Amino acid sequence: MNETAVDETGLAAGQAAGAEAAALGTGWRRSLHRLLGRRMAVIGAVMVVVFLGVALIGPYVAGSSTRLGLTDILAGPSGAHWLGTDDLGRDVVARICNGARVSLLAGVVSSALAMAVGVPVGLAAGYFRGWTDSVLMRINDVVLSFPYLIFAVGMAAILGPSLHNVIIALAVAEVPSVIRVVRGETLVLRQQDFVQAAVADGTRDLAIMWRSILPNMTNTLIVKATVAVPAGILGEAALSFLGLGVQPPQASWGVMLTSAQQFLAQDPLLAVFPGVAIALTTLGFNLLGDGLRDVLDPREL
Amino acid sequence: MPLLEVTDLRVQYRTEDGPVHAAKDVSFSLERGEILALVGESGCGKTATAMAVPRLLDGGNATIGGKVVLDGTELTRLPEKRMQDIRGKDISVVFQEPMTSLNPAYTIGKQIGEVIRRHTDMNRGQVRERVVELLELVGMPDARRRLGAYPHELSGGMRQRVMIATAVACDPKVLIADEPTTALDVTIQAAVLDIIRRLREELGTAVILITHDLGVVAEVADHVVVMYSGRHVEHAPTAALFDKPQHPYTLGLMDALPARAARRGGRRRLTEIPGMVPPPTTDPDACQFAPRCARADAGCTAKRPALSRVDDGHLVACYHPGPGGTA
Repeated sequence: MNETAVDETGLAAGQAAGAEAAALGTGWRRSLHRLLGRRMAVIGAVMVVVFLGVALIGPYVAGSSTRLGLTDILAGPSGAHWLGTDDLGRDVVARICNGARVSLLAGVVSSALAMAVGVPVGLAAGYFRGWTDSVLMRINDVVLSFPYLIFAVGMAAILGPSLHNVIIALAVAEVPSVIRVVRGETLVLRQQDFVQAAVADGTRDLAIMWRSILPNMTNTLIVKATVAVPAGILGEAALSFLGLGVQPPQASWGVMLTSAQQFLAQDPLLAVFPGVAIALTTLGFNLLGDGLRDVLDPREL
Repeated sequence: MPLLEVTDLRVQYRTEDGPVHAAKDVSFSLERGEILALVGESGCGKTATAMAVPRLLDGGNATIGGKVVLDGTELTRLPEKRMQDIRGKDISVVFQEPMTSLNPAYTIGKQIGEVIRRHTDMNRGQVRERVVELLELVGMPDARRRLGAYPHELSGGMRQRVMIATAVACDPKVLIADEPTTALDVTIQAAVLDIIRRLREELGTAVILITHDLGVVAEVADHVVVMYSGRHVEHAPTAALFDKPQHPYTLGLMDALPARAARRGGRRRLTEIPGMVPPPTTDPDACQFAPRCARADAGCTAKRPALSRVDDGHLVACYHPGPGGTA
């Protein structure tokens, strides 16, 4: 007994270091290290951090986004207004900062809501299979057959224009894709030996889903979030642009684009700044997401 | 009354090619502290038979027939909720693959503790002490420090010890070990078999050992059930099986063992059994082994031989039993 014990502790170090490097779950430090080795992912991460900074701190620094200016109307960039002013003399920097906050709120809250609904439903469908699965997935297919934005526009039109309703509409539009991803992952994990072992230990269904399956799809969920958040940001901008979302005078990148539209001839820069903000933020999330996908290696998406 | 009595167990899987008969009319019984080996080649139904006891077969596709009585409780008709209370407590399972049978997201202390918490009312401290005790029981060096170890930090042998500790956490009456040593290297195999033997001695656990390794059988089993193509072809005390194997299939298995072949006249070559295992979708009323058997005659394909007694506790399903030469 003793001899084998000594033998094995020696073995343990070697084996653990080798094949298990790619194991699920742990190894966060290694993943972070690999992520930092990817230039595009780092650029994406920096863009996301800048966006978060602008959204969280910007509004306090840049001042009111709705204060009207009587002298500077449609003014170009200057020392007083770095990105100029709009048709009502409002500072564009302040409006971009406040718009960032709205975007962040729309992207993060709609994704969180979609996950909160989609994860349990996907888990249940993938775990129980049978008729539960069939019914849920057929409903899901119906919703998925509408393009994301069309569905969100429809929802927002029914609910009425407001930021709350935009968030709800985007969340509902996002739910089916979350369900599909979680269900797929659950189907795979369900077949894993450690899940079978949990069943053999008499573990109850809910505990198996919560402890054996969910923690092992964290990677997938993180990557899914980096796709869902920019989709929400883009969705909010689109809905606000169409007048179904945030209402003037409140600032949102979509609202800014709508009002800039009328002054394209006089002041084309007015449309450029919110457009660039939307593009850079979405690009940043996508680059970061691509990097995470490579590093964390989820099975789907 | 035996601890576990399995009578005419049938396991069927529904597949696209029609029903697959994984186990057909298998019967055996198990006493407290007994180690029973189920042997046979891959696909012979040994795993299906054993896993049908705690009903761990794919619920949608498998149907289980016959009777499984554990300590007076008939398990085949128990509601699933009650069955969940029995799994891990009265019957537990150690799987073949220690590398993948532990949840990578939790420490081993938490995983073992979870099972104890599920089936008992112990408080946090008691659970912790019990986990340490279990790890010591299965020979985990430095048990207390290993509580916080994640599965990927342990070797295969250590993980198999954790699996066994989990399985015996609630003092099960029956432990089902499905090829527990196959994925391990030889020195660790010996240690794991040693643990299984000790559990039987110290806790009185009855063990169903699924294996295709006759060496393992000779080392630990009290009784052996030899299975072929879903059927139970020979059942004997271990010593009797090795001394006087009766079924031609058992003889064939023995001739394929290096040590044994050498002892029999010093032949260098191992003999294999000619032919192939019949497809599991058929279940003819004939001896399933007849097409591969040197002793087969017209009678063998006319009617299926029943299990009959040849010696004390030694059963065989063959019209021409006996330890003579085979192929």
